[in-house]
Amino acid sequence: MKPQLPDGLVAIVKRECATCVMVDPLFAHIAASGASLTVYTQDDPTFPASVAALHDADLSVSWHYDIETVPTLLRIENGVEVDRTFGWSKDAWQKFTGIADLGADLPVMRPGCGSLSVDPNLEDELRVRFTSSTLHSRHVELASAEDEFESMFIRGWTDGLPVIPPTPERVLRMLTGTTRNPQEVVAIAPPNLVQLTVEKIAINAVMAGALPEYLPWIITALEAVCNDEFNMHGVLATTMPVGPVIICNGPGTQAIGMNSGVNVFGQGNRANLTIGRAVQLTIRNVGGGKPGEVDRATHGNPGKLSFCFAEDEAGSPFGTLAEERGIAPQQNAVTVFAGEGPRCVVDQAARTPEQLTNSFAACLRATHHPKSVLSFDAILVVSPDHSRVFAEAGWGRERLLSELHARLQIPGAELVRGALDMAEGLPAKFADRTVPKFKARGILLAHAGGGAGLFSSVIGGWANGAMGSTPVTRPVLS
Amino acid sequence: MSASILLDPTNESRPAQREQLARPASVKGLTVGLLDIVKARGDIYLNRLEELFVAEGAKVLRFRKPTFTKPAPPDLRHEISIQCNVVIEALAD
Repeated sequence: MKPQLPDGLVAIVKRECATCVMVDPLFAHIAASGASLTVYTQDDPTFPASVAALHDADLSVSWHYDIETVPTLLRIENGVEVDRTFGWSKDAWQKFTGIADLGADLPVMRPGCGSLSVDPNLEDELRVRFTSSTLHSRHVELASAEDEFESMFIRGWTDGLPVIPPTPERVLRMLTGTTRNPQEVVAIAPPNLVQLTVEKIAINAVMAGALPEYLPWIITALEAVCNDEFNMHGVLATTMPVGPVIICNGPGTQAIGMNSGVNVFGQGNRANLTIGRAVQLTIRNVGGGKPGEVDRATHGNPGKLSFCFAEDEAGSPFGTLAEERGIAPQQNAVTVFAGEGPRCVVDQAARTPEQLTNSFAACLRATHHPKSVLSFDAILVVSPDHSRVFAEAGWGRERLLSELHARLQIPGAELVRGALDMAEGLPAKFADRTVPKFKARGILLAHAGGGAGLFSSVIGGWANGAMGSTPVTRPVLS
Repeated sequence: MSASILLDPTNESRPAQREQLARPASVKGLTVGLLDIVKARGDIYLNRLEELFVAEGAKVLRFRKPTFTKPAPPDLRHEISIQCNVVIEALAD
């Protein structure tokens, strides 16, 4: 609880600070002037020497009044802070106290020192001391002989890889990444239809290895998957090898150090990997969705540990995926797609957009099965080396997509059951029709990858539309 | 090794344990609900089950989920619970 300060002037000091030592005699001068003065000392209770001081031993006053610098002078009226000054400024202190000759022989100004309450070595401990009551999760106390990493495996809290122990210190630090109340319910998490709070997400984000600045992205991705449209329940339960693929857009992707370039789907980038991992850990631990239980995937795919990347916006001739899906320019956003692992499209010979589009179409045609139509969407991730071919020819997003769809109108004779000596296929009545491989908005276009390599990538989807999953795009809020 | 406090990352709740009803000795005179989850060819399987149950003297009611990818809607679950004595939920593929 925030301590009540007495009316009048309140000073916060510490002996370790040379500026505080310099102004020590002034406190006697202020007190002698008749002003009501209360001094709090952070470290040495015998300091300052010129007046008696209260010891802010647990730093409660300093923490709750957001003291960043010592010395700080506060003016309290009717129990409320109305003014403050910090460091030493002769002019400011004279005006603040109304004593015209205060510190007349001292230098004009001296900067203060860092308050103990913002000491990086103490900050986590203080946050627990003063804010842990905002957390509601059960405390799990480990025995001193217990290996905390092994104990988390034993409790079934991990995805098969080690996780960071979610101590109150780490969870409270994670929560500094958002302005949202820890008890705010963000979504209903499948499969057990559990109210998903910001606190539970923060715990799982710590375990995933995320940093506080990733938390708004993780929360948004969870909001985006836990709804009827995306249908995380079905994505989890299906026997198909899909999981949430998370595509991040906006300047914030750079600010948090996401990778949109070399090895974009691979290992090595903390933000990419831990954002996706935190989403999946949350579904596992809070929602209760575990492989072999509700998760019935025949094969699954390695991306179900984490599949998250940023779009290379600066180099894209296609605009951004988020803008195409209705998000304002420069707005941070997350798009989620129920997808399998990426497969490579190799074309090192095409020098015209038509040739390259032919290759893309042929590879997209094989998504899930060459005779499967309209049931699955796909993401085409075009690399910089490939996108240059389109940029040089003046092709943008609309042109490429319309040319792709035009090439993916398939004669029914190739699709019906038995055609190509494959039992899979459409009923015989489609033999004389032409059927599109994809629905009108069934190809999502993204731009990412390293600067060298004439390769692109296809990420196949899952049952699309109302019967399965629809991609969802949401703005990232703080 | 540790002496740590960890915060529980789970939902901290346990699903309610419900006893299964005893298996009826006979289906004669009972109402059997057949829930089609609408996977391909599930109807073929359920059609055959219906024939067998009717031959045994049961009354059969058929139900369908809107899509196999989502849980059955609460209204559908309620309908089945008030109209049927037993229910069979059918997969396919």
